[in-house]
Amino acid sequence: MSRISDYESIVGADVINELKMVARKLKNKVIQNINSTSVGGGVAEILGRMVPLLQDLGIDTRWDVVKGGEKYFQVTKKFHNALHGRKTEITSDDYEIFLETTKTNIEQMEFYGDIIFVHDPQPVALVEKRKYLKSRWVWRCHIDFTYPDPEVWKFLKSFVEQYDACVFSAPSFSRPLPIRQFLISPSIDPLSVKNRDLSEEEINDVLKRLKINRDKPIITQISRFDYLKDPFGVIEAFRQVKKYVDCRLVLAGGGAIDDPEGAKVFQEVVEKAGNDPDINVLLLPPASDLEINALQRASTVILQKSLREGFGLTVAEALWKAKPVVASAVGGIPLQITHKYSGLLSHTVQGTAYWIRQLLHSPGYATRLGENGKAHIKQNFLLTRHLREYLLLFLSLEEKEDIIYL
Amino acid sequence: MHKKTGRLVKAREPFHFYTRLNLIEFTGKKATNLRELVEIMKEVPGSVIYHHTHHYLQQHLYLSPEPPNDFAYWVTYILREDELGEEIASIDLCEFSTIRSLREKIIETIEQHLAQNPEPLRTALPGGEFHFFKTITFILPTPYVAENLLEFLESIKKISIHSIYFHMFEAKLRLEKGENDFSRWVEDMLGEKELAEEITRLDPYTFTMEGLRGELSRLIAKHIPGEIIECQE
Repeated sequence: MSRISDYESIVGADVINELKMVARKLKNKVIQNINSTSVGGGVAEILGRMVPLLQDLGIDTRWDVVKGGEKYFQVTKKFHNALHGRKTEITSDDYEIFLETTKTNIEQMEFYGDIIFVHDPQPVALVEKRKYLKSRWVWRCHIDFTYPDPEVWKFLKSFVEQYDACVFSAPSFSRPLPIRQFLISPSIDPLSVKNRDLSEEEINDVLKRLKINRDKPIITQISRFDYLKDPFGVIEAFRQVKKYVDCRLVLAGGGAIDDPEGAKVFQEVVEKAGNDPDINVLLLPPASDLEINALQRASTVILQKSLREGFGLTVAEALWKAKPVVASAVGGIPLQITHKYSGLLSHTVQGTAYWIRQLLHSPGYATRLGENGKAHIKQNFLLTRHLREYLLLFLSLEEKEDIIYL
Repeated sequence: MHKKTGRLVKAREPFHFYTRLNLIEFTGKKATNLRELVEIMKEVPGSVIYHHTHHYLQQHLYLSPEPPNDFAYWVTYILREDELGEEIASIDLCEFSTIRSLREKIIETIEQHLAQNPEPLRTALPGGEFHFFKTITFILPTPYVAENLLEFLESIKKISIHSIYFHMFEAKLRLEKGENDFSRWVEDMLGEKELAEEITRLDPYTFTMEGLRGELSRLIAKHIPGEIIECQE
């Protein structure tokens, strides 16, 4: 388990000292995080790292998970898709299942935090409990809210409005709301198994185990199997590149227990890949962080061709490894990539193929993009910055001024 | 180059280094064309204008010494009004000691453009709107204190970039002290008028933050005697 002092060698003692100073102001507060899964997906990953570090900073921070059956998670997956702007049919039964499961959780869950920090739409309606408590409630939205389905948003909004504040990951996600809204980008942990340095030997071992030959340039997209990540577009782009450059494609990702659609998408991707020996489709089990790290480090170019994206932490992971990235200009990705400076932004399959070819033909340019990308992530998207902003968020719940002397 | 020999003057009052940490809050307001931009700029709090003229600097100035502000960026890259974008980008932030006067200058620049080019207004496509944010600033003391120029230099080398940022930018413009804290202290408390002027003359907006730290260190070191005899009360 990492300690906050372990980060000093990466971000500097000054950054760690500032964190400690701010944390002292929250010594007597209990922070209760609530989300819908303890494994799989970006939110669980961030919480898994962040909760112990907040504890190490002396803040009593805990993490609870809502309970729900298969039907509940099917409904929340529908919500997720609809909020990302995909046309999704949601019935009155679906809303009923959602509210029933919420009610059960309200009855069974203990709400002990001074600050209740609720993540994503699944547990949003727990705020109904708020009127019986003195705690402050914050809703943290991790998903792309640029074009949410109006009906689902209207339903969820009635709960969001009951919070003290909410937090979005990118400017375009904010909505007209009567409560305070903050902008906090998520982050990656440079010391996690997924992002720590690996030796060439470790990388080779993993690729050998996954049966991926390093005989030619590797193009990789790491993401869960989800239509919104456009794995089919990735295969099409790869086939266009393949006409000119001999290379290999790796499409790898895991599943999360709140994503029942994953297996179906995986099958379709396997079918689309057909018998092409240069396309490797890998369904990674949970806790495949070492494999993901090695795949990213073994790659020549990394893609994130999402149609919608919350923040797209896989982009930050790739950039942290100083890899050239071609990614769609959606969600939080433009915050991480400045086009032609710290990566390349694309809008179409053709564009993606075009930029991949450019990178494969210009290794010097690819290296420069990767190095700039790494520097940008170091200053803006590491866990320490994220921790600091959460601490400030908690403090700001008691303040109304724009300049606050601590 | 150090002064050859001399006494290290003890300050009449020590310099306490502070730092500042920021949190970004949405205002819920957004503009799709220049007229809307100007109207909203007139009504938002100063912390919104401060945010859009300084946050880019904090996020990117670690890497490259380019001082764009959000207004200039949006006008140039979203509305494609290159000439106006350049005019806004080149407004010399060093010249302003209040957010109010900076706000008036940007508004005046846009309104002049609108008077000369009234119609048709260019409109941002959906997704390209200008979203207004504000910066919530938390100011806190650091353990670093300097009683003479040598301690001052040592602290400058150790403090966070946020602390340098606070004393060089925020103290002057946001807290409206008129000048940066470093110049004021070295002149008022140490009598180092020349050093104070050298620091005042720095254009902090054209350095990377580490570059600024290096330049401050170089200027201060120049005024420290090479062979220090003793502290002078």
